[in-house]
Amino acid sequence: MQRYSIISLARNALTGHRNWPQAWRSPAPKLEYDVVIVGGGGHGLATAYYLAAEHGISNVAVLEKGWIGGGNTGRNTTIIRSNYLWDESAAIYEKSLQLYEGLSRELNFNIMLSQRGVLNLAHNEHDLKEMSRRVRAIRGNGVDSEILSPAEIKKLVPAINISRELRYPILGASLQRRGGVARHDAVAWGFARGADDRGVDIIQNCEVTGIDRQGGRVTGVQTSLGPIAAGKVGVVVAGHASVLADMAGFRLPIDSHPLQAMVSEPIKPVLDCVVMSNAVHVYVSQSDKGELVIGAGIDSFNSYAQRGSWHVIEGQMGALVELFPIFSRLRLMRSWGGIVDTCPDASPILSKTPVDGLYFNCGWGTGGFKATPGSGWAFAHTIARDEPHPINAPFSLDRFTTGALIDEHGAAAVAH
Amino acid sequence: MLLIHCPYCGPRDETEFSYGGEADIARPLEPEALSDAEWADYVFLRTNAKGRFKEQWVHTHGCGRWFTMVRDTVTHEHGETGVFGGFEPDAVG
Repeated sequence: MQRYSIISLARNALTGHRNWPQAWRSPAPKLEYDVVIVGGGGHGLATAYYLAAEHGISNVAVLEKGWIGGGNTGRNTTIIRSNYLWDESAAIYEKSLQLYEGLSRELNFNIMLSQRGVLNLAHNEHDLKEMSRRVRAIRGNGVDSEILSPAEIKKLVPAINISRELRYPILGASLQRRGGVARHDAVAWGFARGADDRGVDIIQNCEVTGIDRQGGRVTGVQTSLGPIAAGKVGVVVAGHASVLADMAGFRLPIDSHPLQAMVSEPIKPVLDCVVMSNAVHVYVSQSDKGELVIGAGIDSFNSYAQRGSWHVIEGQMGALVELFPIFSRLRLMRSWGGIVDTCPDASPILSKTPVDGLYFNCGWGTGGFKATPGSGWAFAHTIARDEPHPINAPFSLDRFTTGALIDEHGAAAVAH
Repeated sequence: MLLIHCPYCGPRDETEFSYGGEADIARPLEPEALSDAEWADYVFLRTNAKGRFKEQWVHTHGCGRWFTMVRDTVTHEHGETGVFGGFEPDAVG
């Protein structure tokens, strides 16, 4: 792997940038691997990377039905934070944020992490009390979080409307200063390049159509490029977890929904932190290109269509222009949808399954991007050791039988 | 937005309805006889079908009645609707 540096940049500039090497190979699949990862999004690529980097398992293939990072990894609003209520969530999301903080250096790939702060707004007395409880719990877990008054919010975000005349006035906010955004494509590409460098085969345009089992143990997968044998299979397919589980003969506690995001036309810098509101239901940040990146809630119905309803966009735009009246004349450039797998307790599943050697990492709902490195790190451990790391043990499939749910519905704010 | 054919009221915008998820999940008749795994299956596990999917809706801002609908979760193509409890749409005032 050619290291990226100011020297390599200068050297390639001299030849008109025509001689950069490919960042990863495109090999034909081998007949057999120690581990096959199904799904080449950020989580799958991170899993492969940490399998090779932390556990010395490099005879690994990542199978991606489209192109890597082309699913939810490339469709989300890139928000990163770890301000979750419950101890189990704080542990895994904070692990992820800490990995993010060192990721550009570790991968030698600029993921453009920008810790610009994430504001979660409170609009009524209940919001304020809930926020106060949450901030105390978060700080108790050693995660940074603080409470701002409306005047402090206005100082941080001059464009916001803190008038008491609003239908849902802004009464306060919690702020995680270490939260922010990162370049989502770069996260996928950086993990892909790092995994490939350690011997992982990244195979694109290869759709898994079946999961082979023998005597209750996984033996490989059927794909559009033919059968591939595998000692272990890790499934990381946001939006299609139930479909893959069906191939392996079991069901999941998951419903799949469309989630939309959109960007405005680019404007000069006006918003230098992430603003999220649970009550009026919108979140917004400004990209380095100047576009406002806007998202909100899922469509209510189950869908695999990667498109959502217009009335959902109308609702969040109403919320946005109430919070930021000066955005009202902006035009939207693009909107798009992805399919998110939601769990009944709004927490993910990183778990062994009823099939030996088959592992599922799914159910991240609307908030998986922020967890990408931590999820891959914990899932790689689970696959390599055939047992979960303490950090993801609470996120097992068993919790739906034992009742030990991790209810992050309210605690997560909107605000995945 | 979906155009949903309420069996009682006819075609209306999706915004008049609330979603009830997968249909035909019957509450166990002998709850005390169920194992934890069977409870998990009833409460949490779902088919989440890709393709034809039987689901339930309620016409919240209309007649207020529940009904079932078969919909394709990839194309959103609207299939047949059904009613609960033996009510016939024509027989209901």
